[in-house]
Amino acid sequence: MFSGHSLQQILFGRLTLEAIPYHDPILVVTFIGVAIGGLVVLGAITWLGAWGYLWREWFTSIDHKKIGIMYMILGIVMLLRGFADALLMRAQQSVAFGANEGFLPPHHYDQIFTAHGVIMIFFVAMPLVTGFMNYVVPLQIGARDVSFPFLNNFSFWMTASGAILVMMSLFVGEFARTGWLAYPPLSGPAYSPGVGVDYYLWALQIAGVGTTLSGINLVATIVKMRAPGMTMMKIPVFTWTALCTNVLIVATFPVLAATLALLTLDRYVGTNFFSNDLGGNAMMYVNLIWIWGHPEVYILILPAFGIFSEVVSTFSGKRLFGYTSMVYATVCITILSYLVWLHHFFTMGSGASVNSFFGITTMIISIPTGAKIFNWLFTMYRGRIRFELPMMWTIAFMLTFVIGGMTGVLLAVPPADFILHNSLFLVAHFHNVIIGGVVFGMFAGIAYWFPKAFGFKLDPFWGKCSFWFWVIGFYFAFMPLYVLGLMGVTRRLNRFEDPSLQIWFLLAAFGAILIALGIACFLIQIVVSIRDRERLRDTTGDPWGGRTLEWSTSSPPPNYNFAFTPVIHDHDAWYDMKRRGYERPLTGFRPIHMPHNTWAGIVLAGLAMVCGFALIWYIWWLAALSFAAIIATTIAHTFNYDRDYHIPAEEVVRAEEERTRLLGRA
Amino acid sequence: MSTTHGAATPTDEGHSAHQGDHHEGAGHGSFKSYMTGFVLSVILTAIPFWLVMSNVLGKSSLTALAIMALAAIQIVVHMIYFLHMNTKSEGGWIMLAFMFTIVVVVITLSGSLWVMYHLNTNMMPSHLPDMRVRP
Repeated sequence: MFSGHSLQQILFGRLTLEAIPYHDPILVVTFIGVAIGGLVVLGAITWLGAWGYLWREWFTSIDHKKIGIMYMILGIVMLLRGFADALLMRAQQSVAFGANEGFLPPHHYDQIFTAHGVIMIFFVAMPLVTGFMNYVVPLQIGARDVSFPFLNNFSFWMTASGAILVMMSLFVGEFARTGWLAYPPLSGPAYSPGVGVDYYLWALQIAGVGTTLSGINLVATIVKMRAPGMTMMKIPVFTWTALCTNVLIVATFPVLAATLALLTLDRYVGTNFFSNDLGGNAMMYVNLIWIWGHPEVYILILPAFGIFSEVVSTFSGKRLFGYTSMVYATVCITILSYLVWLHHFFTMGSGASVNSFFGITTMIISIPTGAKIFNWLFTMYRGRIRFELPMMWTIAFMLTFVIGGMTGVLLAVPPADFILHNSLFLVAHFHNVIIGGVVFGMFAGIAYWFPKAFGFKLDPFWGKCSFWFWVIGFYFAFMPLYVLGLMGVTRRLNRFEDPSLQIWFLLAAFGAILIALGIACFLIQIVVSIRDRERLRDTTGDPWGGRTLEWSTSSPPPNYNFAFTPVIHDHDAWYDMKRRGYERPLTGFRPIHMPHNTWAGIVLAGLAMVCGFALIWYIWWLAALSFAAIIATTIAHTFNYDRDYHIPAEEVVRAEEERTRLLGRA
Repeated sequence: MSTTHGAATPTDEGHSAHQGDHHEGAGHGSFKSYMTGFVLSVILTAIPFWLVMSNVLGKSSLTALAIMALAAIQIVVHMIYFLHMNTKSEGGWIMLAFMFTIVVVVITLSGSLWVMYHLNTNMMPSHLPDMRVRP
């Protein structure tokens, strides 16, 4: 590593001018676009003089609501990047037949499918899910913030740092060409000598720290900070799914961190954990990463199930059918998700006994999931259903997810998996459950909780456009892949020989264009809703006739969420309060004890990002310096005793009187 | 702990009243319990050294198993005497979390051993067995 100590190498490691891909027209155009866009945004912020506001009110904020919104923004921005990758792949695969090589050479195409997977899972789905949990959980349990508010801010910025590192790889160096889980030996030093896998490793390690800490934080919040009277079986279903998800995060993300650390050692100091020499075993990596990887998909889907549960009962105007069975189904899924990981590598050769065990556990996991589907259907049965946007997403989810679930059970049969493994059938299956489950859930949740977060509803017309484009686009994009998979087409190919396959890829590309329109409509919906916010304004704080506690506060909720901690008698706490003629207290407000904003989270995460960048490029002095700075900043922050303050009673009175006035008008 | 807890979390009467009903807090050790834990740990560490250095059991696989067993016992000693874990602390939540951890660790370790054993026997070229006796 230290051969040839030229000054340039000491200063810049292996970072040279050649690392900037200025010879690749696609990337140059992208870079120009991103640079112009970035300059416009930065210029606008400067012109509006908003830097101070952003720093004080958002970047350093430890309010769980603002952090939740920042997670959502991160997820949506990264969705655009991840989706751009998807469009490139669809375009390439629909033209590259026979003699036509398409426009993406293999080394570029391989980076794109890797980046697509990594970004969609780690930097789109995870931030969106964490954002919802951050925003909604404290409100649903009647708390004023999470257990560790500073840690929450730090977790967010660590996730953002990981995302920025991945984005950097687009213009400085390259990204991994290994697929989203970076199996060795391909990801080992011998076959991936460049910086791509190192970007992958450090981005995920840094983001993983954030995810793990946020998991610990939310588990502690749900266990320790519930309002009085809220026993375990009175916790709203979304919070139950959040609890199970965070337990999964706390239990499995350390496995990911350890696995990636071992691969990092293989790459940086020449150990042989996953090489073929000296007792190393690449199969162990596959085993370990799926011990994390399978629970990970449940980390993503469980909160979506929670969102659907809230939406179904609200928009059917009924209690959730089978609350208890819903909770037990969630807990069962949590445990079972640890017992199925081998179904991702049936074909690696564990033999019939092991494969049949994991095949059967995989099929068993569909039972609690099926129970949930029936619970939602029975909630709708004889309900007074309102087909508002969140409910539409929920129904689309139920239809789509059942198809994805059935193809999943099909793949759980080992002999069938031997034929379908690594085929486009698999690709279609997991997009079927992730888009049909997680993405639809996120859109349902955004439409449902947006009025709570901002005080006005989302425009229904553009929302419905987005809905139909997404749903129809999804079926166009992925049903052809099921067909192709059954015909034996494998995944991750950038060119095909057989021209008869082309029609299916053209259909899939058409679907991707429809989804692009769906995303565009979603963005237009946000802009139009902000423009028409007075028309869409909600002054009640309870625009949907909600049932859980978050609808009992104003929209947006005050800093302190609840002037008085509510007392809970039922899992539909707010519905129960409304039914019993709850009167909002108008007097007797007292100062409220709240945590202070802090700069430490964003600074520490920024230093971690610099450290990661330096390690990727072998800039050892910078790595050492930034690591020392992380330690020093952490120690310095422990001397910050100015951690909390009281919101004066007068301010609480003012906020609550404003709410009274609005309620009176409404 | 309690002061920083108060500073880091927005609590009020409602919360603390609520926490009071199932908040036992973690236990605290006495000098005696720390000494007991320390002495037990030293003994449980010394035995493996003795087993290896004077080759008491003769077979290395047997020695390895004995060391593993002693290590497992030492984990329990640490948990009881140093981490003050018992079935009542934090209203039983610590015990619940502990049991969950055990379940997950056992699944992960035993599952990995089982999976990797079969993968090794089936797939590693150095010990590919007779194809007819594949498990």
